[in-house]
Amino acid sequence: MLNFIIRRVAVAIPTLIILLIASFWLMQTAPGGPFTSERPLPPQVLANIEAKYGLDQPILKQLWDYVIGIITQFDFGPSYKYKDRSVNDIIAQGFPVTLTYGIISFVIAIVVGGILGMSAAIRQNSMLDYFAVGVTIGAQVLPNFVMAPILILIFTLWLGWLPGGGWNGGQWQYLVMPVIALSTSYMASIARLTRSSMLEVLRSNFIRTARAKGLPDRTIIWRHALKPSLLPVISYLGPAFVGMVTGSFIIDSIFGTGGIGYFYVNSAFNRDYAVMMGLTILLGSMTIMFNMVVDILYAWIDPKIRL
Amino acid sequence: MTDKLAQPFQQAKTAEMAQGMLEQEVQGRSLWADARARFLSNKAAMVSVVALALIVLFSLFGQSLSQFDNETIDWDILGNVKEAGRPSIENGHFFGFDENGRDLYNRVVQGSRISLAVGIVGAVIAVLVGTLYGATAGFIGGRVDSIMMRLVDIFMSIPYMFVLILLLVVAGRSITMIFVGIGLTAWLDMSRIVRGQTLSIKNREFVEAAIAIGVPTWRIILRHIVPNLLGVVVVYATLLVPTMILTESFISFLGLGVQEPLTSWGALISEGVKSMNYGTLWHLGFPLFFFVVTIFCFFFIGDGLRDALDPKDR
Repeated sequence: MLNFIIRRVAVAIPTLIILLIASFWLMQTAPGGPFTSERPLPPQVLANIEAKYGLDQPILKQLWDYVIGIITQFDFGPSYKYKDRSVNDIIAQGFPVTLTYGIISFVIAIVVGGILGMSAAIRQNSMLDYFAVGVTIGAQVLPNFVMAPILILIFTLWLGWLPGGGWNGGQWQYLVMPVIALSTSYMASIARLTRSSMLEVLRSNFIRTARAKGLPDRTIIWRHALKPSLLPVISYLGPAFVGMVTGSFIIDSIFGTGGIGYFYVNSAFNRDYAVMMGLTILLGSMTIMFNMVVDILYAWIDPKIRL
Repeated sequence: MTDKLAQPFQQAKTAEMAQGMLEQEVQGRSLWADARARFLSNKAAMVSVVALALIVLFSLFGQSLSQFDNETIDWDILGNVKEAGRPSIENGHFFGFDENGRDLYNRVVQGSRISLAVGIVGAVIAVLVGTLYGATAGFIGGRVDSIMMRLVDIFMSIPYMFVLILLLVVAGRSITMIFVGIGLTAWLDMSRIVRGQTLSIKNREFVEAAIAIGVPTWRIILRHIVPNLLGVVVVYATLLVPTMILTESFISFLGLGVQEPLTSWGALISEGVKSMNYGTLWHLGFPLFFFVVTIFCFFFIGDGLRDALDPKDR
């Protein structure tokens, strides 16, 4: 187990370093300095501003200072476009929003997807099974940027039941559509995963033994089949987390919820490289860490993986 | 008496049957013929092939059906798209006008062409790089293999959507950059799958024979390993195309992908969403239809190919 953890961490650390260097390097090669504008600044002013942000230092020194800033003060750098808005401010403002609809979508995807997949497997080749398989195929071709406008069309423009966007402190009416749009494709994937793993588990020897003992179906499913068939879902948590963060690009731009994705896409349009880099490094390293924890968790639960 | 008469007759019949069996055996089916038969009997996949062929033809030759082009702005329509810009067969604007008074039919043709091109070219690049990388790592094995695959692990755990967007913003938004950015990551999965298959092939007799007669390594990889990987590669490549299209549409939907006057399904869907409030639903409907049908088709064809080619199911 320890061996596995060490090996897993040995992959994560170079990944973090590559991510850091790649983002930093991309920002350095960006055309024009951060303070280039249509009306050129007097060289003296420019030099002063660059000195303020430490941009007159050699690149390696800048990189070093940046890393030290992250480690010691959790400071992901300033925005060069808006003086009052650092990466940390953006995180404080946008992250709770993303986390709110992200976690709700995540829970719904797991619960609904899991139940759908398992009941489909238990009644294989029934109408319910065909329904579940149909839904999962359908949801696969409806990514969130297709789901979201269709939802708005139905619930806002035609039925007028729900507000078409906004956040409003996270009232439930404002949450419904982002959550459905974000969770559908993950629900479908989880349903597919649990269906196939449940089918496999139900054909395995220990289930046959349980049946031979004369246990009722309910006990077999809840006591014996449930846990092993949910295992593959754990390995899906990593990609689902990534999907939640990248999905927020779409959710925030369609529903105007003002999560982290809004700021990311906005800074991409404004060419606010510093914010982009800060967010990339922060969200990227969170993803890498999360994937690592999930992998280790999975290996801890299922020893076969450690090999 | 009857026996004596029946005897030669039966002998002749037996001989005929034996001959028939012999001929049948001579006509034995190859693996590929087998797979083809299985694929042809898969209805969903066959319907998808036809639908996809139609969409490809539409994207290649669609503009010759229309007397308009995708760039001319009809100033009379502008500002009154909802009333005057509806789709109509009579005036030749089959899909109506877009928000800027351009002919939507030709915009969709152009968007389909770009989206399909991104999907197919991206998948081809991923297949070429991934297959060669995976086959090399798997065949050489040992330390080279573990270094190469560790590298893949590392690249795979970088959240590439961020890096892709960062790349597009820094290096400028263009189709070339989209190809580069998507191509950078798409080959990783492929190389893993190919490596796994190579490991199981490389100890077979024909490879040993090739090694024994002194065929150089790269030649063994190209002539003996890669052709035997074809089944897996084909299946995975078909499933890769819709993934590429989805990624490109995601980026273009955000407005960070292809730039005007070029367009793609993602960009068209995004335009459709923006003008949805004004009641011009055809802006959303037409590109969405082509997008969804294409993705569906590729998934069904990929599934059909997997059923036909995957050795695990035999």
